[in-house]
Amino acid sequence: MRPLKLVPDNTNIPFLRYRNVAMGLSLLLIAASIALCVFRGFNLGIDFVGGQMVRVSFAQPVAIEQLRERVESLGLGEATIQQVGNGREVSIRTPLPEGGDAAADQAARRVRAAIEQGYPGASVGSVESVSGKVSRELFRTGAISLGLAMLAISLYIWFRFEWHFGVGALFALFHDVVLTLGFFALTQLEFDLNIVAAILTIIGYSLNDTIVVYDRIRENLRRYRKMAIEPLLDLSINETLSRTVVTSLSIGLVLAILLAFGPDVIFGFTAAMLLGIVIGTFSSVYVSAAILLWLRLKPDSFVAKTAPEPVTGAERVTPRTP
Amino acid sequence: MLDFPRWKVWLTWAVIAVCALAAIPSFVPERLRETWPSWVPQPVVNLGLDLAGGSYILLEAKTDDLEATRLDAMREQIRLAMRRRPSVGIGDISQQGGQLSFMVRDATEVDAARERLLPMTAGAGLTGQRDWDISVVDSTRFVLKPTAAGSQQAFENAMNDAVEIVRTRVDQLGTREPTIMRQGSNRISVEVPGLKDPEALKELLGQTARLEFKLVDLAANPADVAQGRAPVGSEVLPMREGGGSIAVKRTAIITGDQLVDARAETDPQNAAAWQVAITFDGAGGRRFARTTQENVGKPFAIIVDDKVISAPNINEPILGGRASISGGFTAASANQLAIALRSGKLPVALAVVQESSVSAELGADSIRKGVLAGVLGSVALIAFMLVTYARFGVYTTAALIVNAVMILGIMALFGATLTLPGIAGFVLTIGAAVDANVLINERIREELRRPRAALPAVEFGYKEASTAIFDANITNVISAAIMFVFGSGPIRGFAVVLAIGIVTSVFTGVTFTRLLVSRWLQRERPKTINI
Repeated sequence: MRPLKLVPDNTNIPFLRYRNVAMGLSLLLIAASIALCVFRGFNLGIDFVGGQMVRVSFAQPVAIEQLRERVESLGLGEATIQQVGNGREVSIRTPLPEGGDAAADQAARRVRAAIEQGYPGASVGSVESVSGKVSRELFRTGAISLGLAMLAISLYIWFRFEWHFGVGALFALFHDVVLTLGFFALTQLEFDLNIVAAILTIIGYSLNDTIVVYDRIRENLRRYRKMAIEPLLDLSINETLSRTVVTSLSIGLVLAILLAFGPDVIFGFTAAMLLGIVIGTFSSVYVSAAILLWLRLKPDSFVAKTAPEPVTGAERVTPRTP
Repeated sequence: MLDFPRWKVWLTWAVIAVCALAAIPSFVPERLRETWPSWVPQPVVNLGLDLAGGSYILLEAKTDDLEATRLDAMREQIRLAMRRRPSVGIGDISQQGGQLSFMVRDATEVDAARERLLPMTAGAGLTGQRDWDISVVDSTRFVLKPTAAGSQQAFENAMNDAVEIVRTRVDQLGTREPTIMRQGSNRISVEVPGLKDPEALKELLGQTARLEFKLVDLAANPADVAQGRAPVGSEVLPMREGGGSIAVKRTAIITGDQLVDARAETDPQNAAAWQVAITFDGAGGRRFARTTQENVGKPFAIIVDDKVISAPNINEPILGGRASISGGFTAASANQLAIALRSGKLPVALAVVQESSVSAELGADSIRKGVLAGVLGSVALIAFMLVTYARFGVYTTAALIVNAVMILGIMALFGATLTLPGIAGFVLTIGAAVDANVLINERIREELRRPRAALPAVEFGYKEASTAIFDANITNVISAAIMFVFGSGPIRGFAVVLAIGIVTSVFTGVTFTRLLVSRWLQRERPKTINI
């Protein structure tokens, strides 16, 4: 049996010929995402704004409007009621009440009690309450960890590659994070602590892709010193294309299955991750290589600097097997 | 490449075997595990609260009360110390702006008063810092101000006591393996797996359980009391049930500090009504007996956390140090109060600032769906790998399975907790673990196209891919580390699985498959490779 080759041997797609179109699209998406984040904002979860969320599983399908009336009659403000899974499971979220630190807890208690009284047979699956103070702290640590992760990874790239690559990788990173944020602003999916974890992971995997492409570019720069830079970048992308496709498909495959069959509690998390993989693959193929051209990476700009380094790869003909 | 030193082969298999063995107990039901001999180590992967069901409750201490309580206590101490014979006449004790001040009636007794104050206000620590600063103004007025060190020490003591009391109370609920920890300076986290009713727990922890018996002030004017005004030496307290308020003497007859036992029981006269029977220690009992003897026919108030539960009449002297508190209790609320009283009063009031409770059913549902997704994902992935890389796909599959087992084994060895995001991390790691093999296999394909013979192609494939594998995983290690350090509960669970997965996936993807491939190459000596 011949193995499946999703990307045929000697594929040679002139990716960079379309770089202006791709870059234009990227910039457009970035601009749109920023606009969405600024003007539409996020549907921040109770982790970040405080409040309470009660998840209930009812014995029979329940009339949402009636449920809403019942919850809102508690005077806790506007309730957000969402069906999850099948029609009998519902999550009820109410905004952070005024008052001291214990106010969120008391509100959650009242919602819970109202449900248990009003709907016999309903079982409360989960209760979460976060006070204003704690939510502000969680928001702060979430922002700090995102910022630190980007900083730490930039430092690593800076240390590991030349500045062209560093800038390129950072831009790709920025691209991925902004687009993911834009997606959350657009869909108004709940943005909570788990999404921060998802974004941190996306950062990791997207850079992983970018680094594989960059590794190859660096290798080819050493190997084909006479080649013009554009075909060299194209060659590098094409050479790694099969790997990019297979890996992205593998991760995408398991994420899609997790999205479809996995617990719905982590739906947003999985959705963010899946989207991140798609965006990350696009950015590592297009954005990160194209940016090297704009930064005027020259065929010799890299080789000269690292001349003392031993040349690896194709030049060695004899295997070093003992 | 072909020449794998024997020790390396053994080491590789040994590492895998250890991890696999460590993973076994996690798959064995707990009931069966209990029958194993005790010398068999049983590392297990703990399930997080979101999977096992249970409650996470974050409590915050209201520390501003603490200073007031300290001032109150000091005021009481001063009163007693000055009354000691030969007594020092003092008056006009007042608390203001976090300070305590009083006047010594006779200016010649200022030195005597200071003498008595000094031992009470010296620091308990070895640093020699005082707990209170004493100053005298206008020659007869003492002003006591808590020092920063003293307040800090008092705060630390209070928090440590609070943690212990919370632990005692949670233990009384009879749940298994609760985790109670101090978080930051003024918070306590409580994790109780498998808890059915978090409301009862919160209720229990929310009670300070400060029990006081005080005489009702019969001289107070009812109209004044209704407006919250009480005569000097008395205070107005609300009734716990039925509204209204009542004026009581400030000085307590007896407090919960002198209590040795508290039990919930039914009222002997009415089996449907519940009450809490309390027993005082010897000194407390004698004092209670004396006061009740002196006040037969008058009412006294039973006060818990500044709310009057009931104000019964003293029909006869209460001897023997026993009393019972009744007043509209149910079995549950009587039991709760009994537990709270038994465990002692909290030195600080605690408020629930964060809660996350998951029922066991929802947790079980998450596990079921997570496992289903994991199995389906693995099957799909394995099929994809087999179709794409043929024989090398088999090696990749072997690596994936070993990887999954190793992650579980290592988690069990470290006693790590598997949470719902952890399952997602697990599934994701399985997806990402193929990356190392994809990099290697693609590189082998390329080397074969160059063209190279089978053996050197494999050799170069592994060698050249390793830089990219290393670089790529470093970025993941960075994000996992940051998530672990800064993340809270669920994110941490994700980061742990991710971090372990990165290490095991490099090990299985590179070292382990290389071992398998080299064995095959040695045995078959293939001229061409179908990949």
